[in-house]
Amino acid sequence: MPANVERELQNVPPSQLALTNVTKLFTSQHGEPVLALDNISLTVKEAEFVCLVGPSGCGKSTILNLVAGLEQQTEGRVLLDGEEITGPGRDRMVMFQEAALFPWLNVLDNVLFGLKLKPGLTNAEREQVALFYLQLVGLEKFVHANVHELSGGMRQRVALARSLAPNPRILLMDEPFSALDTMTRESLYRDLQRIFTQRSKTILFVTHNIREAVCLGDRVVLLSPHPGRIREIFEVKLPRPRDINSPELAELSSEITAALKQYLKKDA
Amino acid sequence: MKRIFLICLTFAFGLGILEILGRNGAWNTELFPLPSEILSFLGRTLTDGHAHAGKATGEKNPSPILYAVESVTDSTLLAAITVTLKRLAFGYFIGFALGIPLGLITARFRFMRETLGLVALGMQGLPSVCWVPLALIWFGASESAILFVVVMGTLWSLMLATEHGVRTVPPLYSRAARTMGSKGLHLWTRVLIPASLPSVISGMKQGWAFAWRSLMAAEIYVTILSGYGLGWLLHNGRETLDMAQVIGVMLVIVAIGLLADRIIFAPAENWLRARWGLDKA
Repeated sequence: MPANVERELQNVPPSQLALTNVTKLFTSQHGEPVLALDNISLTVKEAEFVCLVGPSGCGKSTILNLVAGLEQQTEGRVLLDGEEITGPGRDRMVMFQEAALFPWLNVLDNVLFGLKLKPGLTNAEREQVALFYLQLVGLEKFVHANVHELSGGMRQRVALARSLAPNPRILLMDEPFSALDTMTRESLYRDLQRIFTQRSKTILFVTHNIREAVCLGDRVVLLSPHPGRIREIFEVKLPRPRDINSPELAELSSEITAALKQYLKKDA
Repeated sequence: MKRIFLICLTFAFGLGILEILGRNGAWNTELFPLPSEILSFLGRTLTDGHAHAGKATGEKNPSPILYAVESVTDSTLLAAITVTLKRLAFGYFIGFALGIPLGLITARFRFMRETLGLVALGMQGLPSVCWVPLALIWFGASESAILFVVVMGTLWSLMLATEHGVRTVPPLYSRAARTMGSKGLHLWTRVLIPASLPSVISGMKQGWAFAWRSLMAAEIYVTILSGYGLGWLLHNGRETLDMAQVIGVMLVIVAIGLLADRIIFAPAENWLRARWGLDKA
């Protein structure tokens, strides 16, 4: 493998993220202001896997969009490695709930999309990088397949390869597995944990599935809706790789579920 | 191969029945000529002129204009097809070259959509034959008049299809692209335009259909001396009461439409279906 490709494939230092007193106001369709995020403060350490959980309307996806640079907070600061986020950047890659793959491109070209916007590589080198990541997610046999020929799980694998390919320092995942069936999801949990350990990335992961959050995260941040607030942060000290069906995991996730119910009752 | 043979056989059988019925006086063959007469017209006028010169009239007419007016024979049909297809290609190309960028502009700027877009919507509803009187006054009985009518037939539907295509691109695509560092021109050329291809291609197909119809209308109404197209030949067939010519030319017009669909649009649609999947294309 050429030196250039090898250098490109090396792990980059993972990012550190800090949100301080972040508030986000939306204007509803009726023209009324809606408080989506109320005074959110959260820090994510380098190479930490943090899961944001909560019912819909708790603003977890909004937090992700702020970090992605797709939206702007109304108040407060969002700092990535000490610098204010002003827009999307190659250091932060996003994986969406639906694969968001481009149907006019085949699997390889989809993975190459972000890579082609990265300077300093020849196209042949970019292709080698893309193939490396397709292999990492176990899709080396489907390099030239069309998107519609893939199953939902395979599409999310391609999306994962696509977001890993430009070698970001932080990965933002917005309920990426919620549309998949249980078996597919479980195999993706295994692979994501393996990749997280191998590639050493900071990951911010949004989900409404508490078990999923406990299975994947170093910490689980519990949010409640209307307005979106952080209620409690749980540390998950279970060793990796974790099995979502293990009793220890179930114990912790029922603890978190109970906490969430308490908060929702209090709010009502 | 076997299927093609069967299809040909079916058509031949149908024509054979018509021929037998016609020959036995089932209808007035002056008004609806026998298949053999139509075929002989097509054969005579599609092939090279020199080999068959004078078959229809028995003598060669030296003046090309008179020759065409007085008797349609030899390679007249071939020449008319060439003239017509040139006009079509040229007019369609202009309509395409204007319609796509205008569609992109109306998709991008709300003000343009509310003004120019409204004009396009209105004009698309106007049958393109309605442009003929205006074209005649503006350009006279000339090649430009015909082109103008064809362009007016094509432009609006292509423009609207492009606008619709761009505006219905799932926002998720551009969000995903933006997070990967795509913006501005790159976002347009690599994401928005490719994503709107299904709509643009169906607009191109519709635009072609409109161009083809408006060209025939223009050729029938605008008799010009810069070249005789299929529409004129159809008109001429009526004037000389040559029903074999009228029906023969109509068949040629149908065949061109079919061929365009099979050669140009079917491959494009097949490609779309292979890439996008059955549901989207």
